[in-house]
Amino acid sequence: MRNLILGAIALVALAGALMAQQASMPETSADTAALQQKIRDLEDRLIALEGQVRLLKSTQATPAATTEAGTPAGSPAAAPTPAAPVATSVTSGGEQLPVYGGASAAAKALNPDISVIGDFIGAAGNSPSLPLAIQQPFQSFQMHESELGLQAIIDPYARGDFFISFGEEGVDLEEGYITFTALPGNFVAKAGKMRSAFGKVNTLHNHVLPWIDRPLVTTNLVGGEDGIDDAGVSLEHILPAPKGFFVDLTGQVFRGDAGDVFHAVNRSDVSTVDHLRVYKDVTESTNLDVGFSYSRGHSADKPGSIIPLNSDFITNLYGVDATLRWKPLRRSIYHSFVARSELIWSQRQQPGAEQRAFGFYTSADYQFGRRWFLGARYDRSDRAQFANLTDTGGSVLLTYWPSEFSQIRGQYRFTRYAENIDAHELLMQVIFSLGAHGAHPF
Amino acid sequence: MKRMLRHCRLLSMLVAGALMWAGLTAPPAEAKKLNVVTSTTDMAALTQEVGGDKITVEAIAKGYQDPHFVEAKPSFLLKLRNADLLVVVGLQLEIGWLPPLINQCGNARVQVGAPGYLDASQFAEILEKPTGEVTRAMGDVHPLGNPHYWLDPDNGRRIARGIAAKLSELDPPDAPYFQQQLQDFEKRLAAAEQKWEAEMKPYRGRKVVTYHNSFPNFAKHFDLNVIGYVEPRPGIPPTPSHTIELIGLMKRENCKVILVEPYFDLKTPNSVASNTGGKVVVYLPSVGGEKQVTNYFQLFDYDIDLLTKALQATQ
Repeated sequence: MRNLILGAIALVALAGALMAQQASMPETSADTAALQQKIRDLEDRLIALEGQVRLLKSTQATPAATTEAGTPAGSPAAAPTPAAPVATSVTSGGEQLPVYGGASAAAKALNPDISVIGDFIGAAGNSPSLPLAIQQPFQSFQMHESELGLQAIIDPYARGDFFISFGEEGVDLEEGYITFTALPGNFVAKAGKMRSAFGKVNTLHNHVLPWIDRPLVTTNLVGGEDGIDDAGVSLEHILPAPKGFFVDLTGQVFRGDAGDVFHAVNRSDVSTVDHLRVYKDVTESTNLDVGFSYSRGHSADKPGSIIPLNSDFITNLYGVDATLRWKPLRRSIYHSFVARSELIWSQRQQPGAEQRAFGFYTSADYQFGRRWFLGARYDRSDRAQFANLTDTGGSVLLTYWPSEFSQIRGQYRFTRYAENIDAHELLMQVIFSLGAHGAHPF
Repeated sequence: MKRMLRHCRLLSMLVAGALMWAGLTAPPAEAKKLNVVTSTTDMAALTQEVGGDKITVEAIAKGYQDPHFVEAKPSFLLKLRNADLLVVVGLQLEIGWLPPLINQCGNARVQVGAPGYLDASQFAEILEKPTGEVTRAMGDVHPLGNPHYWLDPDNGRRIARGIAAKLSELDPPDAPYFQQQLQDFEKRLAAAEQKWEAEMKPYRGRKVVTYHNSFPNFAKHFDLNVIGYVEPRPGIPPTPSHTIELIGLMKRENCKVILVEPYFDLKTPNSVASNTGGKVVVYLPSVGGEKQVTNYFQLFDYDIDLLTKALQATQ
């Protein structure tokens, strides 16, 4: 890198000399053309060097880079001076006062991408306090979540992602995993704590949801806001398929703890999640995405119960999800439409009778301007532990994007609980993003 | 215990199956064309010029699509997983969609930093590197410089050289062929450049406005003066107050040409044009923006044709 910078300086000096020479030379056109060509070549080489410097700075800052950044070698003021004195100033850098700002700038190159996403929610309207599980409750004002993301490439074989979720009080590791990206045979493996691949909503962070809350079926059957988010390993592979089809199989094994769905008492009480995804581009702007999920684990206790359930009770979850997306490429930033639905069956063994519950949601979002989205959702779900109790609900939403980095959303939510109690709520949300948050999978 | 054993068995079967599958699908080494995937059509066009018939090349984004906002569709994973080389524009142009594709494709060859990952920005002259503090109050700012650098024939030549070197490195037996192709491309480009420069010469120093800041390299090369943008800040949609300011600026500066990328709405540009007596030109930032524009040369032919007509008409 030092050599590169020196080379660049020498080139600039040489180019300057050539231009000066050119002015004083007799103006024969052949000479001028040759000189112009020479300058062009030098310019090319300079740009190539600049590019390499940029690349080195951005990708592989080595410990040596720290000393370089501390010297004035890279500054434009040093450029016209001959190469030799610059070289001595580099070597004698130890005698100079340390340049703290410069040194930390180079050290930053190896820092992970850091981002914080704030999720502020306000709520109004009646929200009944029921003895049993209810649709995600919200207080009048709440800094619902501050998600800290730390993401970086670890080495040529893997990358790491951490998402640490701060509530107003208390911290939770939402996800923290390593992804092995360079396995043979196109396998992708993950290890750590992660949102499991059960269905669609379960994989999504709060700030990328198309709603403020999560659907009823998630609350009732799949562990609520956190969902099946557990420590374990994951293996994913794209399967061979007819042309145009994308078929992907994911197998995951977790410790077996997930909210009020799964609970592991013994080491052997692991849970599994399997997900098969079939995707097809129907046209250039329309695509269909269908998924089948299965999960098995040991039934968790009722929230608040003191005596742990015997770990012989098993819960099986089955899910089908479908997403239809439309986005015309020429006007992709102005219009889009997404319709999605998830159907989930829960088969839960517990003291007394086995409970077989079913729930689903259907939702649609239409983008009618560069910054405006209109959405609606219908909810219906039995309760996992009392399958004869069924809650229903619906929502309408309006979303505004001041920019890619902030979002303001309003949601009217109606819920009719099985106890025949109605709730009408108005939710407001502001999401704002700081720093470099990695893009999310499709 | 029994259950645990069953899980272990399941897991080991999965792993065994996975390994067998890996063996079956391992690509046969050598004796096939290099499979190149590029993020945009321009990189594909340049790769095609130097790769000739010794490679296959496919772009992810379409030429008429906003390259900042491509969806990371799974169907792109199918392209990426078999790629030997991935050529990207870089400078964070693709930051919103390419990283998850690279992570998920399971192809070790094209991971960032692997030999099959080529960031073409390293070869090109990059303009508008922000100096001083960079914040998002500036809009969707690119801290490493303006990523729309390929609309300068000199950069096209430099990128082609870089790609030729990379292809030669990945496929040494065909290196002489790639060099030959490169020389041929440079020759044709030099001839075309002369023609383009002659066509643009009468309009040197003319002032234009663009919708997004995706024109600086073209403007620099052909000596045009971009005095303003329809967007108040990069990535921020037009606002009434900014539009009024822009109209005032264009009137003061006697600027009559508004260049718009094909993926932007024409409502604001049209109203600006009608208020200033100007002309809206839907220019193409990328190869494939229109059906007939299928290579790097036609891209300049198309844009220069439109531009010279508009500059002529508003003289």
